[in-house]
Amino acid sequence: MNVNGVDHPAPTDPRRLLSDHIRHDIGLTGTHVGCEHGVCGCCTVLFDGAPVRSCLMLAIQAEGHQVTTIEGLAPDGAPLHPVQQAFHETHGLQCGFCTPGFVMSVVGLLKQNPDPTPEEIDEGISGNLCRCTGYASIRRAVLRAAELSR
Amino acid sequence: MKPAQFEYHAPANVVEACSLLASLEDAKVLAGGQSLVPLLNFRLARPAHLVDINRISGLDRIYERDGGVAVQALARQAAVEDSELVARACPLLRDAVRLVAHRVIRNRGTLCGSIAHADPASELPAVLLALGGHVVARSARGRRTIGADELFSGVFETSLAPDELVEETWFPAVSGEHAILEESRRHGDFALAGVVRAGDRLALFGVAGTPVMAERGDPTRGLQPSGDLEATAEFRLHLVRVLTEQAFAA
Ligand SMILES: Cc1cc2nc3c(=O)[nH]c(=O)nc-3n(C[C@H](O)[C@H](O)[C@H](O)COP(=O)(O)OP(=O)(O)OC[C@H]3O[C@@H](n4cnc5c(N)ncnc54)[C@H](O)[C@@H]3O)c2cc1C
Ligand code: FES
Ligand code: FES
Repeated sequence: MNVNGVDHPAPTDPRRLLSDHIRHDIGLTGTHVGCEHGVCGCCTVLFDGAPVRSCLMLAIQAEGHQVTTIEGLAPDGAPLHPVQQAFHETHGLQCGFCTPGFVMSVVGLLKQNPDPTPEEIDEGISGNLCRCTGYASIRRAVLRAAELSR
Repeated sequence: MKPAQFEYHAPANVVEACSLLASLEDAKVLAGGQSLVPLLNFRLARPAHLVDINRISGLDRIYERDGGVAVQALARQAAVEDSELVARACPLLRDAVRLVAHRVIRNRGTLCGSIAHADPASELPAVLLALGGHVVARSARGRRTIGADELFSGVFETSLAPDELVEETWFPAVSGEHAILEESRRHGDFALAGVVRAGDRLALFGVAGTPVMAERGDPTRGLQPSGDLEATAEFRLHLVRVLTEQAFAA
């Protein structure tokens, strides 16, 4: 499977979740794990370009596919991805536990809908949970990200 | 937690998938995994074999058939949501899919998986029932068509045999008034109660072990919904009355 442009062998144990494979076998710990049943959204990655829950896929299913994690959005030293930049500018995070998942979901949202209305933003981020921000600053981050992406 | 041990199979076509399902003891189909993988992670399901159908090509079509829309086993819910054919021929189905979870879940979850999973609080089985659609079940023994009224037999239970694969689900086109309304705690959650109207037909979900048909004039007759931390039985009955009224008010 290809993760952030680099090929990696699939795990030998079919039980290995994609989230655990990314974190423990490949060592990319930016993808977080909260609930392991699809509810919190922390583990969201791009699978062939579309956001999915990595805790609800077996790593072996990603064989032959492209996975992008938060580390793959902007290489070290390069400017931040517009969605990352927007979260930074608008204080779209506090503790940051939920942030990688939000960022990957928002990348997907803006790909599908580059100019979302406030209602569409609420709908678009409703699958991710944040215990810190109260969501208002995350909403602003999405608006800002849309602006920066234009 | 993590899944218990299982043997993994990834057949390349439907015939191979069916012969695996016919020969293996205690095998489960893995489609989008959005219901099955949580069950595996919590070890609420511990199948000996997983038959992953995601490597089968040409099983993700959404096409017009017999005056309705057929959705094949690997068509993701997001593809159904975006389909022009669905928007034109069966807008009720599009409205229903939008109430299922969140886009990120729908990118992976399949419509046929929702039907096979038969969650009593799920929108899609109720839409299939309200419209009088069917599934095409395929096994090594052949194909058979199962109407929605004979498919849902209990909580997470269907009349599908363990060796049968839902090859596609067929929804008749909707003409006339239609609506799907539900109440849930948060956007994208499973509904506390919901109603589907297709013309004069009314189906309910979240209030019995399966989706059920009901009469517009007395929608709660015979219902004995369960109460839980999220809603009492009385509140669910109240929701059915109010939502039914709204669905027919248009
Ligand atoms: C956070 C979250 C919220 C959700 N909210 C909702 C909601 O509001 N409403 C709702 O309806 N659903 C909801 N879901 C469930 C989601 O819609 C699932 O995608 C769906 O129930 C199952 O589809 P799947 O393709 O993921 O199936 P899987 O998880 O792969 O399989 C589910 C079951 O169906 C069987 N199965 C799957 N496909 C077939 C087939 N072709 N033939 C025979 N058997 C098959 C499997 O063996 C398994 O038993 C939610 C899920 C999550 C994680
Ligand atoms: S860890 Fe995957 S959704 Fe919570
Ligand atoms: S910033 Fe702490 S959970 Fe979202």
